[in-house]
Amino acid sequence: MAMLEIDNLHAKIDGDEGKEILKGLSLKVNPGEVHAIMGPNGSGKSTLSYILAGKEDYEVTDGSVTLDGEDLLEMEIDERAAKGVFLAFQYPIEVPGVATMTFLRAALNAQRKKRGEAEISTPDFLRLVKAKSGALGINPDMLKRGVNVGFSGGEKKRMEILQMAILEPKICILDETDSGLDIDALKVVSEGVNALRSPDRGMIVITHYQRLLNHIVPDFVHVMNKGRIVRSGGKELALELEANGYAEYQQDAA
Amino acid sequence: MPAVQETVEQVRSIDVDQYKYGFFTDIESEKAPKGLDEDTVRFISAKKNEPEWMLEWRLEAFRRWQTMREPDWARVSYPAIDYQNLYYYSAPKRPSQLSIDDIDPEILATYEKLGIPLRERDALLGIESAGGSRVAVDAVFDSVSVATTFKEELAKAGVIFMPISEAIREYPELVKKYLGSVVPVTDNFFATLNSAVFSDGSFVYVPKGVRCPMELSTYFRINERNTGQFERTLIIADEGAYVSYLEGCTAPMRDENQLHAAVVELVALADAEIKYSTVQNWYPGDKDGKGGIFNFVTKRGDCRGDRSKISWTQVETGSAITWKYPSCILRGDNSQGEFYSIAISNGRQQVDSGTKMIHLGKNTSSRIISKGIAAGYSDNTYRGLVSAHRKATGARNFTNCDSLLIGDKCGAHTVPYIESKNSSAHFEHEATTSKISEDQLFYCRQRGLDPEEATALIVNGFVKDVLQQLPMEFAVEAQKLISVSLEGSVG
Amino acid sequence: MNADIRPIRTPAEQALVSALGSLPETGGGRLADLRRASARAFVENGLPHRRVEEWKYTDLRNLMREAVPLASPATVARADAGARLLNGADLRRIVVANGAVVRELSDLDGLEEGLSIATLADALASGDAVLGQLGGIVPARYDAALALNTALASDGLVITVAPGAQIERPVHVAHVFAGDIAAASFARSLVIVGAGAHFTYAESFEGPEGLAYQANVATEFVVGDEAHLDVVRLQEEGAAAIHLATLLFDVGRKAQLHTFGFSSGAAVARTSLYATLSGADSHVAFNGAVLVKDRQHVDSTLFVDHTVPGCESRELFKHVLDDNSRAVFQGKIVVRQAAQKTDGRMMSRALLLGDDAEMDNKPELEIFADDVACGHGATCGAIDEDLLFYLRARGIPLKEAQSLLVQAFVGEAIELVENDVLREALVERAEGWLRARG
Repeated sequence: MAMLEIDNLHAKIDGDEGKEILKGLSLKVNPGEVHAIMGPNGSGKSTLSYILAGKEDYEVTDGSVTLDGEDLLEMEIDERAAKGVFLAFQYPIEVPGVATMTFLRAALNAQRKKRGEAEISTPDFLRLVKAKSGALGINPDMLKRGVNVGFSGGEKKRMEILQMAILEPKICILDETDSGLDIDALKVVSEGVNALRSPDRGMIVITHYQRLLNHIVPDFVHVMNKGRIVRSGGKELALELEANGYAEYQQDAA
Repeated sequence: MPAVQETVEQVRSIDVDQYKYGFFTDIESEKAPKGLDEDTVRFISAKKNEPEWMLEWRLEAFRRWQTMREPDWARVSYPAIDYQNLYYYSAPKRPSQLSIDDIDPEILATYEKLGIPLRERDALLGIESAGGSRVAVDAVFDSVSVATTFKEELAKAGVIFMPISEAIREYPELVKKYLGSVVPVTDNFFATLNSAVFSDGSFVYVPKGVRCPMELSTYFRINERNTGQFERTLIIADEGAYVSYLEGCTAPMRDENQLHAAVVELVALADAEIKYSTVQNWYPGDKDGKGGIFNFVTKRGDCRGDRSKISWTQVETGSAITWKYPSCILRGDNSQGEFYSIAISNGRQQVDSGTKMIHLGKNTSSRIISKGIAAGYSDNTYRGLVSAHRKATGARNFTNCDSLLIGDKCGAHTVPYIESKNSSAHFEHEATTSKISEDQLFYCRQRGLDPEEATALIVNGFVKDVLQQLPMEFAVEAQKLISVSLEGSVG
Repeated sequence: MNADIRPIRTPAEQALVSALGSLPETGGGRLADLRRASARAFVENGLPHRRVEEWKYTDLRNLMREAVPLASPATVARADAGARLLNGADLRRIVVANGAVVRELSDLDGLEEGLSIATLADALASGDAVLGQLGGIVPARYDAALALNTALASDGLVITVAPGAQIERPVHVAHVFAGDIAAASFARSLVIVGAGAHFTYAESFEGPEGLAYQANVATEFVVGDEAHLDVVRLQEEGAAAIHLATLLFDVGRKAQLHTFGFSSGAAVARTSLYATLSGADSHVAFNGAVLVKDRQHVDSTLFVDHTVPGCESRELFKHVLDDNSRAVFQGKIVVRQAAQKTDGRMMSRALLLGDDAEMDNKPELEIFADDVACGHGATCGAIDEDLLFYLRARGIPLKEAQSLLVQAFVGEAIELVENDVLREALVERAEGWLRARG
């Protein structure tokens, strides 16, 4: 059994009579694998990431998602996080007045507590943050500021990766992490992500453009359109998409 | 920061509706007969060995009070208060204010439970380790002051810090000069009642040029049943003086409502500064609105001298009814007034609170930051006045009041009055009301926080600008209180 | 105890009470009952004073002391009624002088399909069924100006726009006070805009400069589902006049309502606007510009009641105060528990040009629903010295620089008027006010 198994997932916006956004999506992610999901705007990529994280705006109408054999869809948002689901947001949310350090520590300890682990000591926590933030080129002053408040696009994305590094999730979902990044920021963020690749950890990298995949080289590439995966392949599929665009898939699915 | 962790701990460790200060201390007390007439006033005055002029002052207030009506303009509703069915004086039987060893051990134990060490050595150990500074404490138990710490050390600096009942005897000239000079005897129904029957409270005088060497603090505790508490505080900062004063309040859990009608007067002379912080956590009543304190308080500061400054900071989490408008009269040229407020209501609580900034002098400035959080079935109103009089050339005010709603059964209201009679005055006011952001909650929960932890964290962020104004020891306490007050508000 | 002491009636109150006393005691029908109830309410409560919260800053008992007779409609049917305002624009003009419609000065022919205009007097006489809606919008609390209007108005207009009708040409109701005897006039109108209809309604107010007349107008607007109504008001009453206006709105589902009030006339003016948003997902905007000088007193009071979900309300008022004038802004947004997803924003800004001018702002929020985004702001102060300096450093003389800045300040609100003709006319009025200032 794979670590993360998405089977025939159907979903729509909660309370909306309208059409499904996901229409029978299936995907298996094993530890150590990096899966890229590419697709045109509106294909349902971000919806998939929100549903995996448990956002309450969506309703799953069919199919299943399991993490290590446990039903993920039955779990609360924070329970999923404690089980190791991490979503790097496309647009990280600002939380004014809550210092980033406070936030990191609250999150880390909440997860540890849910897993029955002891809280981290203050010196250990400070050491951990110092080491991880240094590698991502995050200025200590930023950690004293409110979560994502007044951060540039690049800073917000680096902060997402820092959280990922500190929380050490099992499965990372990166939603359009490259959006809004210039080439230097893209490099820093990608290096941060690559440093987190490990045999125990799976990743789903959602992106519209191939350029991110030059930096984070995936094991598998999936093309998503109109709520399902329409083609899967190796990393060379991304290059093909870059050259030919999504047009043929959009026609296929129509 | 460990504080948030403690906050989260606190939330977990406490059951819904549990008010941690809700215990009752069983001690013998001496009371005035129930009800209020001139004899009650005479009884209180006699108990305090007051001079004749003080008794006259009280009687005048009492006669005036009989002609007044309870105000009804605030957005609060409560059953009629039967002023004849209250005790106006209750004192622990043992003599107070002799030495710490004469205090009933039960009272000492009460204050220890509340985290207020009265023994000076305890204070040294306890509070110094927490905040790095020492705090002198005056503790008021029902109607009387039971202990004032660090008196001698303060006296060396020339600072007078004592129960007001003592100050009336020992410093009659100072009291005569300033008592009622900021909140006149005739000011309002509750203040006038207080003037007639107040039994104790704190008196502070900081002489010219003296920076008070430590934080001063009063801890108020209502213990007895059916007892009104009417304390009176008077703080005078003479020219160039500085003092920071903290006030905390708790009461036992009782089914019936208890009345608290205090008056606080602050006088800042030229170049003086007074910082007054309150953490108000009177018993708010149970989840159905049974019991709780009716808190009708008149607090006013007079920036009498040029370049003087008065700053109010309040964290209001308790009481069934809060009716309270700490205000500044900016009389001196270039004087400054500040009001920082966090008001949290949950259950059936009703809060009507705010401030008045009266600009009289030239180039006076004021700042109002108010954060209201309404949850449960509560109503939370900000009511404020900013006014510039004709001669207040160059007056400046900035006001920001934000309200947060948690749940759809509560109400948040904003009623500001902004009056400018001077063209060079510049006033800016902004207010917002919104619910706690779903996006923020989702983000925090995706990182592993449960709904209550996430709410507490976001609310603490929302009120941060005000928390920062509190002295360290109080800020930590306040942060915990906020989380506890919101307990049970997240569905 | 300082209990309810019945104050002695002022001469103005006495005159009004005796005028109300001459109303017929009997007479059937809902409207007659309404008249009598309003009269009784006034006799009981009198004119509001500063201890009545809604009139805190406009103590009408004090500001309106002198007794004046009721305006006689007989004196008004004169061709020289002199409606000057908005004359240049292509609007369908109807003249109301001293509270009565003047047919010979009014353009009542060739009405577009779907538009019907009747006088209130005619409608009352013929027992028009549409009057079933008159007096249908009731403020939560007693309003003296409205009570007087309900009791005493005998003419005005009844305008209906049929569902779906798109009326391009705005209707302009020009209220004029005529004659040389200070008197009190009352006009009452009802405007019903059917579902999906589109309509623009303008009204103007003017009168002799030195005469202490009183004009009391009240208009009820029923805005149907998905209807679109623009209302533009130009208040330029004579400098000694008292102007009391009550605007009542009931707004239907997905309707769009925009109002703009320009107020520079009268010695004392009070406009009370009550809007009930009773259909979901409507969009309303209540904007205004107030320009006052000398000892003028102009009060704009708004009460916007969100009772249903998904509505958006916007209020922007700009005040310019010269000399010893006084302006008052009171705006209250109420969001009821059912009115989730309400989006309400209110802003009042004031520029104090005169050293002895006074601005009183009271913006209020009263909110019982949690999923809302509401806010208000209020500012007052002098013209920004830095801006003034910048303009002067570029060679613009002081007065002109002030005028430019004031124009920009007021312009921000006037810009929100959708109808081009009316917007330009208002810009012109603002410029005229500044020119007159010298």
